[in-house]
Amino acid sequence: MTAVSEPVQLTVPQMLAQLQGTDPGLRYYAAWWLGKFGLETATAAERQAIVNALIGALADEADRTELGGYPLRRNAARALGRLGDRQAVPALIECLHCEDFYVREAAAIALGQLGDPRAIAPLQALLEGGVAMARPVPGRPHLVQPVEAVMESLGHLGATEAIPLIEPFLTHEMPRVQLATARALFQLTGAAEYGDRLLAALESEDVQLRRTALLDLGAMGYLPAAEAILQAGVEASFKLIALHGILSKQLHQAAPAEQTLSLFQGLDQLL
Amino acid sequence: MSNLLAYIHAVETASSASALREAVIQLAQQKDTAAIPTLIAVLGYNNPAAAQAAVEGLIALGDAVVEPLLAQLDGYNYGARAYGVRVLGSIGHPAALRVLLAAAQSDFAPSVRRAATKALGTLRWQLIPEETAREAQLREALTVLQRNSEAADWAVRYAVGVALDHLYQQAAARALREAVCSLLKHLGDRDPDIVVRSRCQLALQRDYLSMHI
Repeated sequence: MTAVSEPVQLTVPQMLAQLQGTDPGLRYYAAWWLGKFGLETATAAERQAIVNALIGALADEADRTELGGYPLRRNAARALGRLGDRQAVPALIECLHCEDFYVREAAAIALGQLGDPRAIAPLQALLEGGVAMARPVPGRPHLVQPVEAVMESLGHLGATEAIPLIEPFLTHEMPRVQLATARALFQLTGAAEYGDRLLAALESEDVQLRRTALLDLGAMGYLPAAEAILQAGVEASFKLIALHGILSKQLHQAAPAEQTLSLFQGLDQLL
Repeated sequence: MSNLLAYIHAVETASSASALREAVIQLAQQKDTAAIPTLIAVLGYNNPAAAQAAVEGLIALGDAVVEPLLAQLDGYNYGARAYGVRVLGSIGHPAALRVLLAAAQSDFAPSVRRAATKALGTLRWQLIPEETAREAQLREALTVLQRNSEAADWAVRYAVGVALDHLYQQAAARALREAVCSLLKHLGDRDPDIVVRSRCQLALQRDYLSMHI
């Protein structure tokens, strides 16, 4: 049998013990598992123990990659973002200074998920130096700072004070960064000019960019994009998700039926 | 026929994605049942634009497509299977019922499950003339829709709503009208997703409108 099944036989106490053990592979897996399944079965006391253990793992020194990365810290940060407990905020803010890019990125995303305004100033600090700072690191597939993740989280946090820091990234040489910038600015201002930038990216030659823009427009609930999303050269499953995002927003705002009918028809056709 | 072979050849030898799409459109425009095997093959080329053109061409050819498509649906890649199931759903011939029931219940690919789920509503149920047989098969379809109305994937549950809307409007499915209505009401009230809920409410409102105009 090669079927993948949910690891139902695993329990929170087992995984907690594994996280605090010595085998790096098992610890890494436990951090992921606790973030994914931990809350479903944990008691209140166990929940506290999970958060404590994961916060402890953010300072781990044992698990290192050849390039000096901290894999366990990365997974612990991701798990803490999912668990949604704001006790983790100070430790995650510390992680924004970690020498491992991927730890900083995971922490930036987690801080956006936790929604605590204490994270705004430390996140903004990662954008200092602007476009000139945000260069690719030679030999690595990433920039000096995780600016896309940082801007996305500042958008989630409603950090309007960060707008002047974010705006210059619209001129960053990487189209992906430009899109992340436009999305954050749309979240913070609601201005159509930023939505329209993502809309234009649906015409991009790069299919990966088209998919990213499409999912962003859906997550933003940007109604003017609905028709272009239906026509875009992207797989139907992406279009479904994006259109669902737009329709959800319209319905939550109690939009009139004549406005939503064509969106329902679009979804019907995508099935 | 020799003319058609030239169109088929153009599809088989197209050297770019856009040339393939163009060749498929040309072939489909011939509206010739001899094009069916080639159009079915295009569904598996992993080229969304060409596949969409083939889907439209196959739907236009109607019932003649059903048997060859059913015969070739097995062992396909799941992308091709999803396109194939969409074709079967749009043509709506009940000969596809067994395959659609199985796909809606247990295909591992969500895209196939939702297309098959929707198709259970768009079948032309009136083509099963004998009422007892039709009702029994409708009940089987409804059982699958009920099961899928509890799927974790909102898109599968949405497809249930769309299928129920179609069943609700079909005179041939009148025997199930109350059961369809109550499942629509249930989903319209209780589904955790606002889009699914609203789609089911829309189905019931349309009925309300058609009764009062």
